[in-house]
Amino acid sequence: MKLRMNQAIARAMADEMRQDSRVILIGEDIAVAEGPFKTSEGLLEEFGPNRVRDTPISEMGFLGAAVGAAATGLRPVVEIMFAEFLGVALDQLVTEAAKFRYLSGGAYGAPLVVRASVGAGLGFGAQHSQTLETWLYATPGLKLVVPSGARTAYGLIRSAIRDENPVAVFEPRVLYAGREEVVIGEEGIIPIGVGEFLNRGDEVTIVGLGQTVGTALSATQAASWSADVIDLRSLIPWDREMVCESVSKTGRLVLVEESPFSGGWGTEIASYVASECFDQLKAPVHRITCPDIPVPYPPHLEKRFLPSVEYVREQVDVLVKTNKRDKPWWINEGYLF
Amino acid sequence: MTMSQQLERRAILVDPIARWDRMLEIRFFEDRIKGLFAQGLVHGTTHTYQGQEAIAIGIAVALRPTDNVCCTYRSHGIALALGMTTDSVLGEIMGRAIGAIGGVGGSMHLSDSSIGLLPTSAIVGGSIPIAAGAALSAQVLGEDRCAVAVFGDGASNIGAFHEGLNLAAVWKLPVVFICENNFYGEYSRINLTTTVEDISRRADSYAMPAEILDGQSIDMVTQGIARAVERARSGGGPTLLECKTYRYSGHSRADAGLYRPAGELDEWLKRDPIDLYERQLIESNLLTEDRAQTMRNEVLIKIDQLVERVTASPVADVPAMFKNISIGGRK
Repeated sequence: MKLRMNQAIARAMADEMRQDSRVILIGEDIAVAEGPFKTSEGLLEEFGPNRVRDTPISEMGFLGAAVGAAATGLRPVVEIMFAEFLGVALDQLVTEAAKFRYLSGGAYGAPLVVRASVGAGLGFGAQHSQTLETWLYATPGLKLVVPSGARTAYGLIRSAIRDENPVAVFEPRVLYAGREEVVIGEEGIIPIGVGEFLNRGDEVTIVGLGQTVGTALSATQAASWSADVIDLRSLIPWDREMVCESVSKTGRLVLVEESPFSGGWGTEIASYVASECFDQLKAPVHRITCPDIPVPYPPHLEKRFLPSVEYVREQVDVLVKTNKRDKPWWINEGYLF
Repeated sequence: MTMSQQLERRAILVDPIARWDRMLEIRFFEDRIKGLFAQGLVHGTTHTYQGQEAIAIGIAVALRPTDNVCCTYRSHGIALALGMTTDSVLGEIMGRAIGAIGGVGGSMHLSDSSIGLLPTSAIVGGSIPIAAGAALSAQVLGEDRCAVAVFGDGASNIGAFHEGLNLAAVWKLPVVFICENNFYGEYSRINLTTTVEDISRRADSYAMPAEILDGQSIDMVTQGIARAVERARSGGGPTLLECKTYRYSGHSRADAGLYRPAGELDEWLKRDPIDLYERQLIESNLLTEDRAQTMRNEVLIKIDQLVERVTASPVADVPAMFKNISIGGRK
C-alpha cells in the first residue's frame, strides 16, 4: 500500500491501538487537530478522547505523566512536536523513564514511546531543525530509532510500541510528505536494533540515518565505485554486526550524518569500527556531516548545510581512489578550521 | 495465601498504637543511619525525614496498598510507613543484596511495587507529573485507584510542579498532591525563594481545591488525605494538600542546618509528632507511660538487631549492577 510517511505513522499507531487497549496517544494538538504534521489523522474519531488526548503546551508535564502511566499499566505514545521541545522535558525521559526499571529492581518499567519530529529541510530555522540524537545517546535503558521513510516509520513505530523499554522515535520532518510502498500488518514490523542493506557493493560501506539514507543511496547511483548502503534505522542499539560485517568486506566506512561534525551520531560508530575492524580497514573511517553551525534559514543555505548527493559522491570518490579522506567543504573553503 | 510482610506491616496501622510504634521505628532507624554514616559504614548521602513522621503515617493510613505513591529522595519514612521492611530499606542504604532494589540504588532510591511505591526520585519535582500519570492510567483503565505525589515546599517552584498540577486539573485525574512544607528548600529558607507563605494558594491557579494541614498531627493529616482521596476516587479530580511541618536535620548529611534562626528547631521540637501522639494516646487511655517506655526500648533493640543483620548480609554483587536496565538486550 502506498502511503505518505505521516499516514504510515498514523496507521502504525492505529494498528497497535486496535490490538492493545493499553496504548494511548498524548501530545499537543494531536487529537482534534490530528497533529501539526497530520500524523494522527482519524485516530480521535476511531479511539475517542479517553485514548487520544490533547495536552497543554507542557512537555515536562505530559512526558512525566506518560512515565507514570507507563509504569502503572498503559503504553503511552507521546508526540513531541519538534525534538527541541524535549529540552524542557529531558529529565523525564533520560533520568526517570530510562532509570525506572533499574530503580525498581525490575518491578516497574516505562514502556512508552516518544515520537519527535527532527531535522532540516523545511525552513524552520535554527531552533526547529536540529536532529539531536546525541542528547539521548549516552543513556542506558533507552532506545532510539530513526525512520528513513514511510515503510520504516510504520515498521519501527509498531516495534517501539510493543517494546518493554522507553523508545524514542525521531522522525525526519522533511520525509512526512514522501510516499512509499508500505508493508502493512505483522510482516511490516521492523525489529529494533537491526539495520538494512539497501544496496550491495564491494568497495565501500556507506551508512545513513533518517534523511541521509536517501542521500547516500542516490550518491551511489551512477558512481564510479560500488557500495554497501546501510540504513541504520536504530541508533540505540545500532547494528554492530551488520556494519562490521560489511566493513570487513569493503575495507572502507563512510557515515553520512545530518548532525554537526563535533559529537554527531557517527562518532560512536566511527570509534567502534575503527577499533573493532582496524585490521580490515584500507582507509580512514570517514564522516560526512553538517558543519558545526546552527541550521541556517534561507533555502539555499539550508541546502548547503545538509550533505548533498553530489558532495557525498565526491567525498567517497576521493576516499575510494586514494584511501585518504578529503576535508569537509567548510574547511576546504576556509570557513571553519 | 499468606500476606506479604509489607502488607502485614501496612494493615496493622489500623491500630493507633501501631502508628505510634511505626513513628518510633522511623525516628530510631534514621538516628542509626546518621550514626552509621558517621562511622563510615555507609557512603554517599542521605536525607532524613525526622520531624515529618506523622505525614508518612497519614499517607499510609489514608491510602490503599493498591494506590500509587510517588515521592522523593527524602523517603525512608514514607517507605517504612507504607510497609517496606526495615531490612529492605537499610539493606538498600547499605548497598546490600537484600535491599529494596538489590542495593544498587542507595538511600535516595527506594521502590516496592507490592505497596505501590514507584521509584522515588532524586530530582526535585520529578515525581509530580509521574503521579499525575499514575492517576491517568487509573482513569483510562477505569480502575478504582488513585495516586499521590509527595514533595517539599522547594519543589513548588519548579516547572514540573506547575505542569503536573495543571495537567491533573485539566484532565480531572485521581491524584493528591501532598506538599510537606518544612520551610526549607535544600539550604534556603522558604521566604528567600518563594513569595507565598502558603504553598496551598498555588492551587488557585489551577482551580484546584486545597487544604492546609497540621503536619505534626497524624489525625489531621490522615483525615485531610482521606478527604482528598475520596474526592479523587469519586471523579472530583486532584487536590493540593499542604502539611506544615519541620525538617529537624539539614537538607542532607553534609548540611548541619546552621542557616536556621536560633530557637526555631526548639520551637518545633515542642510539637514533635511522636510526643504529640504519645500524649494523645495516653490521654485516651490507649497507652501508659510505662508501656511507652517499654515500646521505645523494644524498637531500639530491634534496630540494633537490624543493623547487625544487615551489616552481616552480603553486599550487592557485580552481576547486580547489570540487571534491570532494559528488557531484551542487543540482538
